[in-house]
Amino acid sequence: MPSEITSQEVYANRRQWMQGVGLGVGLGLSALAPGLAVAQPAPPPKGKALPGARSSVPGANTVEKATAWGDITTYNNFYEFGTDKGDPLRNAGALKIRPWTVAIEGEVKKPGNLDIETLLKLAPMEERIYRLRCVEGWSMVIPWVGFSLAELIKRVEPTGNARYLQFVTLADPAQMPGLSSSVLDWPYLEGLRMDEAVHPLTMLAFGLYGHVMPNQNGAPLRLVVPWKYGFKSGKSLVKIRFVEKQPKTSWELAAPSEYGFYSNVNPQVDHPRWSQATERRIGEDGLFAKKRSTLMFNGYEPQVGQLYAGMDLKKFY
Amino acid sequence: MIATPAVHEPARRLMAGWVKPLLFLASLGPLAWLVWGAVNDGLGANPAEALIRSTGDWTLRFLCLTLAITPLRQFSGWHWLARLRRMLGLFTFAYGCLHFLSFAWLDMGLDLSAIVRDIIKRPFILVGSAALLTMLPLAATSFDRAIKALGARRWQVLHRLIYATALLAVLHFFWMRSAKNDFAEVAVYAAVIAALLGWRLWWRWKSVSGRARRLA
Repeated sequence: MPSEITSQEVYANRRQWMQGVGLGVGLGLSALAPGLAVAQPAPPPKGKALPGARSSVPGANTVEKATAWGDITTYNNFYEFGTDKGDPLRNAGALKIRPWTVAIEGEVKKPGNLDIETLLKLAPMEERIYRLRCVEGWSMVIPWVGFSLAELIKRVEPTGNARYLQFVTLADPAQMPGLSSSVLDWPYLEGLRMDEAVHPLTMLAFGLYGHVMPNQNGAPLRLVVPWKYGFKSGKSLVKIRFVEKQPKTSWELAAPSEYGFYSNVNPQVDHPRWSQATERRIGEDGLFAKKRSTLMFNGYEPQVGQLYAGMDLKKFY
Repeated sequence: MIATPAVHEPARRLMAGWVKPLLFLASLGPLAWLVWGAVNDGLGANPAEALIRSTGDWTLRFLCLTLAITPLRQFSGWHWLARLRRMLGLFTFAYGCLHFLSFAWLDMGLDLSAIVRDIIKRPFILVGSAALLTMLPLAATSFDRAIKALGARRWQVLHRLIYATALLAVLHFFWMRSAKNDFAEVAVYAAVIAALLGWRLWWRWKSVSGRARRLA
């Protein structure tokens, strides 16, 4: 499939400049590095196939090079499994993803528990290639597989009082060693305004690179909101609550001065402790390359800008 | 401390022949490993971050090793250990410089105004920079002629600045981790440094009170 080819190209390119750097820095050390010229193939996607048709949603098919599978699946923030980027891969392997249900609660005409098999069949699977910008200042390009969250919302028939959605993710101490730490209050909570939630770009993702979602990336299903910082996209969802008042989110509760409810990608609004003007594209921007500029709404301004018309985004960060 | 040459002669010969060059090579190990990793794509998805963090970790580790020499010498009576202290101190400084250089280059693109803005914006970087600066006069006066020129006593007082380096370094690490409330690793370094500085206080108190007892 095309995305696989892209990933290998990215990998090969990166290896090329890395080797260039190596030649510069490590001529003296080259005796130590006999493996220098032996190229390792990019690891191909693993797991069960989950193909998706090309999406027709505007903005859903960036032409940028997709980040390698090996990077997407080894460099993760998923604090339930530990705060180190490698912890999710190390600790999420045994996560039990069947049976799995998502509880639908609150201001809906059809509340209840939706089984994962039902959810998988709710709408046709699409492949969408989104930019992902982490609040920490790095970014990736990820070919997700899934469909618009709006498909689910429309089926559960929200009432007129449903103005916000709260997302609750799995918090099982038996399976998630990170829960013993006090980084955040568990379970991890996220939220969206209704118009954000029904926006076609907002996605329920079940896979990436044409394969079932790896556990460390939020199996069996997660949210993807490409114009917001990555932490807004909750992983391993277990509950969606339709509510009238703006719900609290975990990061807002942990550090209200640093993380707001909206958390839209915005190069003009800095994090209190670092600049958000630039980012490092994982696997693309060389070690010594200048970081690239971060785009307003992560480059999705044409699609989502109107949702925030008239809002002071410095105040509603 | 005055060593008795007769007792320590074999130890000193062993040290001169083997221990010091071996320790020198071992101290280059982390750097070689990082260069190897950068060349062979072995530093994970974000090699810049990996380089910045590892050089910081190694600076702290060498700082602990440097501070461990004196307590170890006093505890064991192996006075030849003192000969390793300068080299370890200079490696601490070298890894500290690499740490700052990786931040300035890989994170800030050597953009001076961006570096200054970042130092102001992020107090933990200010504290880290201060820690590095406190090592500068120590590295600059590390050679024998500087010791002679300053006089041993003044040189020794100046080099107590490393205690400030240690406190600033731990604060830098603590502050950097505070965003994630993740202090397990910080606590380990803080405990080691507290023990090494605490030993000095205890040793001092012991020798002072011992002298006082003898005088009484």
